[in-house]
Amino acid sequence: MRELHTGQAIQEALAIAMDQDERVFLAGEGVGTSIHDNPLMPTYGLLDRFGKKRVRDTPVSEAAIAGLAVGSSNLGLLPVVEIMFFPFITLASDMLVNHAAKLHYLSGGKSTFPLTVRVKAGLGFQAGCQHSHNLEAWMAHVPGLKIVFPSNPADAKGLLLSSIFDPDPVIVVEEMGLYWASGPTPEGDVRVPLGSAKVLKPGRDATVVAYGTPVYAALQAAGALEEQGIALEVIDLRSLVPLDKKTVLESVCKTGRLITVHDANRFCGFGAELAAMVAEEAFHSLKAPVRRVAGPEAPVPMAPVQESFYKPSAEKVMEAVRSVL
Amino acid sequence: MTTVKPDAGVRRAMLSQMIFIRAFEDRLAELAPQKDALPGMQILATGQEAVAVGVMAPLGSEDVIITNHRSHGHLLARGADPETLMAEIMGRATGVNRGKSGTLHLIVPQVNALMTSTVVGAGPPMAVGAAFAQQYREEKAITVVFFGDGAAAEGSVHEAMNLAAIWKLPLLFVCENNCWAGAQSLAEHCAVGNIAARASAYGMPGQLVDGNNPDEVLEAASQLAGHCREGRGPALMEAFTYRLRGHGEHDRQHYVDPEELALWKAKDPVTTYGVKLTEEGVVAVQDIESMEREAGKRVDEAVAFGQSSPFPKPEEALEHVWVESPWGTP
Repeated sequence: MRELHTGQAIQEALAIAMDQDERVFLAGEGVGTSIHDNPLMPTYGLLDRFGKKRVRDTPVSEAAIAGLAVGSSNLGLLPVVEIMFFPFITLASDMLVNHAAKLHYLSGGKSTFPLTVRVKAGLGFQAGCQHSHNLEAWMAHVPGLKIVFPSNPADAKGLLLSSIFDPDPVIVVEEMGLYWASGPTPEGDVRVPLGSAKVLKPGRDATVVAYGTPVYAALQAAGALEEQGIALEVIDLRSLVPLDKKTVLESVCKTGRLITVHDANRFCGFGAELAAMVAEEAFHSLKAPVRRVAGPEAPVPMAPVQESFYKPSAEKVMEAVRSVL
Repeated sequence: MTTVKPDAGVRRAMLSQMIFIRAFEDRLAELAPQKDALPGMQILATGQEAVAVGVMAPLGSEDVIITNHRSHGHLLARGADPETLMAEIMGRATGVNRGKSGTLHLIVPQVNALMTSTVVGAGPPMAVGAAFAQQYREEKAITVVFFGDGAAAEGSVHEAMNLAAIWKLPLLFVCENNCWAGAQSLAEHCAVGNIAARASAYGMPGQLVDGNNPDEVLEAASQLAGHCREGRGPALMEAFTYRLRGHGEHDRQHYVDPEELALWKAKDPVTTYGVKLTEEGVVAVQDIESMEREAGKRVDEAVAFGQSSPFPKPEEALEHVWVESPWGTP
């Protein structure tokens, strides 16, 4: 299969959706003309291709950008709006939490909001904690929102396509570190269904569930431990809401051990939800306590050595595995 | 701009609607203190009826309105069915939103009242989206968003006005300045009380009107809606009026100067418009009496419909969270 960078895969998904359906439009700060003149950026070239009507640069107004998505989706368009950095979603959160998520409910099912919010996320840019702060657990906590978190170009493309055409509001988290990472990507309108986790590596001794770039720390740990005769089963969750409970529970029932991995800090992080789910639904299969590998209880630091210290690594995953074997 | 002078029929209809809105809300005020009659709080627009009828009069059915927690007047003036509205306010299964909304966030797609929010200042950003969709599809329709002087202090309103102006969206901002944001007076919460003047900051027309005079509201709304419809961008109307009752029915207005309140009660738009139309020979006193009787009857019917309707089942609370539930069938 041909290889694309994740940024290009996202471009391709957006172009396919826009070619296919006139209702799809893009809006956000610099989605048309960006300060980054880089062909690997996710909306690069789309203004030239689709024109100003459908690729809309906005002022620095996150509430208005999210409001644009809420209002236009209610009238039947399929907006794909961008929030430039995950922490800025706080400025859009009233529109997402109180309106995108709740107006379908408040209307008694009469109004719908098929919008997509692309959120650029992740750490590793020495940009500090007001640019790097993964808030997926906040969003996953809101009934009415869906949230996906791809780790590779094929999933970034396939999940985005599914999200755009999903009837509910979906938040798509794009880790910027992945824009420059390449991988096999199918051509054409190939969608990844929301709520389908993927077993990346089968194993019998412990289940490691991760999403986003921490998937690579998990795979690296699995490779290193394999040499020592320990077989990890690595699951890429891909979608937080809907959550593929079946794939996770079946795996834990087989291995008896669960390690969760994410960049977001641990306290009330998504790993806690996975741990609770396993405790409630697979308690008797557990042979050892659940371990959560996550960011520590601090904002994401700027200094490079501190930032790498913050991010879950293969070593931290291995340490967690060893502590339960 | 094209000016539409209201003819006698339109004026009679506005008076009749104002009388009906007042009767509807007076009944809510009457029911609110009664145990178990109405769930939740009651937020009434008593004294602001002229804004509702004056703005709705020049709109077409294809236009979208976005309202807020003080919505009864807007919805009734727009032609929403009073029975399913009353049932919703009573939290019944037959309510327009199946009892999910209650009085605070009534959404009535039948009259294009598509998104209602009780979060102060949330209407304008959503209105940007609605007006964008209308422009994107090259429709002739416009969006009208209602917000108060309190909401004018929200940053979201600035963001919405700026974006609407840059993109020349067909969006009419209607600020109902009722002189109160909760218990804070206009002077206390607003640096410059003239909200219409802000329009110049966005390069859009802004007009201050007497919000207790339906004729004046209608004329301004008609001109400004025309401006939006002609593709010339958004506009702002400030209707200066007064909240004659508390923020909600639980609010005893202990912070309001009784003299000021009395002054505004003397300018009650329902009464003064009736007197004006009688004096001008547009209606007779008997016409007004018959409008009042008819309004009372329709309110009785709405209350009877609501009270005879079942409550929703507890487990229906889990329905309509998503279109496609991530957790399967609840």
